[in-house]
Amino acid sequence: MKTKNTKKIKKLDVASSHSGEGWIYSDIVKSHFFKPHNFLAKLPKKGEFDAEGQVGSPQCGDVMKIWFKVDPKGPKGYPKIKKLKWRTFGCASAIAATSMFSVMVTEKGGMTVDQALKIKPQDIMSRLGGLPVRKVHCSVLCDKAFMQAANNYFRSKGQHEKIIVLGHKVIDKRLNITDHDIEDAVLEGARTLLDVQKKLKVGVGDPEAIPEIEQLIKFYLEKYYG
Amino acid sequence: MNKIYLDNASTTPTDSRVLKAMEPYYNKIYGNAGSLHTAGRESKTAILKARKSIAQILNCKPEEIIFTGSGTESDNLAILGVARACARSLGLAKSNFCSSGECPQGDYPSSKNLFSSALSAHIITSNIEHHAVLYPCEQLEKEGFKVTSSKVDKDGILLLEDFKKVITDETVLISIMYANNEIGTIQPIEEIGKIIKEIRANRFKRNISTPIYFHTDACQAAGYLDLDVQKLGVDLLTLNGSKIYGPKGTGVLYVKAGTKIDPIVFGGGQENGKRSGTENISGIIGLAKALEISQATGKESAKEAKLRDYFIKEVSKKVSKVVLNGHAQKRLPNNINISILDIEGEAMLLWLDKYGIYCSTGSACDSQSLEPSHVILALSRPYEYANGNLRFTLGRSTTKKDLDYVLKVLPKIVADLRRISPVNVRV
Repeated sequence: MKTKNTKKIKKLDVASSHSGEGWIYSDIVKSHFFKPHNFLAKLPKKGEFDAEGQVGSPQCGDVMKIWFKVDPKGPKGYPKIKKLKWRTFGCASAIAATSMFSVMVTEKGGMTVDQALKIKPQDIMSRLGGLPVRKVHCSVLCDKAFMQAANNYFRSKGQHEKIIVLGHKVIDKRLNITDHDIEDAVLEGARTLLDVQKKLKVGVGDPEAIPEIEQLIKFYLEKYYG
Repeated sequence: MNKIYLDNASTTPTDSRVLKAMEPYYNKIYGNAGSLHTAGRESKTAILKARKSIAQILNCKPEEIIFTGSGTESDNLAILGVARACARSLGLAKSNFCSSGECPQGDYPSSKNLFSSALSAHIITSNIEHHAVLYPCEQLEKEGFKVTSSKVDKDGILLLEDFKKVITDETVLISIMYANNEIGTIQPIEEIGKIIKEIRANRFKRNISTPIYFHTDACQAAGYLDLDVQKLGVDLLTLNGSKIYGPKGTGVLYVKAGTKIDPIVFGGGQENGKRSGTENISGIIGLAKALEISQATGKESAKEAKLRDYFIKEVSKKVSKVVLNGHAQKRLPNNINISILDIEGEAMLLWLDKYGIYCSTGSACDSQSLEPSHVILALSRPYEYANGNLRFTLGRSTTKKDLDYVLKVLPKIVADLRRISPVNVRV
């Protein structure tokens, strides 16, 4: 199943990424864009949701906000996400990805917060039938918006040990470039050290960082496209 | 479903009269214009006729017309060709002063000399130019040239006072577009032409031999504005077929006689050695025909301007938080460029496409680089405006009915996308 999805993604990516002739959205992306599921139609009433989280800014082109409500006694007796709503400012893939995420979290009786936190960008991409390479960063945002919301949820419940703090490791000390920056570069289409260097100008100031940068590129390539 | 094509600044359909004029030049008259036999001479005669027709419209000599493969190629030839030729001649001038054996032999200065002359050569362009101008300039920066990007005001018109200040005695080339491709604003080309004439006279008086040339990219203007190069005061002018209902893959560069210019394509020495490659005869015939037609249809532009103003007025009534990008009057008759806040351009574009309406956007999501339009940003507007950007460019076939349909559909799309947007920017 997994390999099948990967193949599908690759096929679509080739058609879209370097031709300069636009891109191809899968039928699933189109259907979620034109008929989005679970978006927040009206501003929520007090207490309607347990937590909310937001990432992005209109300046950079994408903003996502997520609200969710947990049923403390879910279908099998433990807490599950009963309702997840969202709003998105962004292009078609950003809207479709958030819509798909909301479906994944709430379908089949709903996920626990911990389960939903395990959803990776590539899981959303697979369900969408793939996304053009340079659009991947859009879908990566909805899991981050959810993480913000989940952290707010843990905070409100006093479960501070569960709060996820994203640790960024500085790779290029002179330019203060982190593993996270390299991850973004790979998601935006960089495939080689040269690509990443072009995007971030890494390793130019700190040649000692190059072996680690190369390892990270390999790691993220396998993680997202392997 | 009706298809409403409002992306004529991207490219236009080929006029049927143009197609008809081109048709014989595929398999009836097909000789290589460089051949001495009758078939070749037939082609040569046809190309000369096209060249004369274009020269007449531009008010220049036929031999000042160079046919190229696109507007982009013409821009590249103008910028790279003139800058490199000027740097070479500056280098030569320097090397002529040498009398010792260290001096380079022959016509060419040493690479060191060329590099230092490039260092002292300066190019000015604007911050709303097409990438076909900006990227060759970036390339020249890598080669040692100095490049200055002169700014436009909030309406997208070049700030002439600022522009005058950045011109130095080292400036060899100025490239300012006639009309902008995104926001349609018309630049004061005649005034710039006059400024450059004064500078030239002033340099002559002071015995400064550094040349100064003026290039304009007129691809968007060619269908609507006067192309008289004498009146405009330009030394080089770019235009192409694909924006004026002519064939794609065709371009013209007007180069005033005596302008220093090096080729960027080498080979058989066609186009006076300035652009090698067998002449695209059908394309050349088509381009000439398209230019004749578009220069003769002055009434069209009045009709389009009326439709443009109607749309701009109505859209601001029907949609809230919408702004017009670029000067309201000093713009091409067919250009409508608006920013709609709180939503993103690509999403609007795809919805409009679903309704059969074709337009374009300067949003980051729609570009290869994922950077929003440099033109909208040049208007000193925040990123939000660039990302919520839509461009509708009218054409000969556009009707009021078409625009009324867009005005009916667009408010619905905006409302739907705003309903799912978490952003609510205060204006």
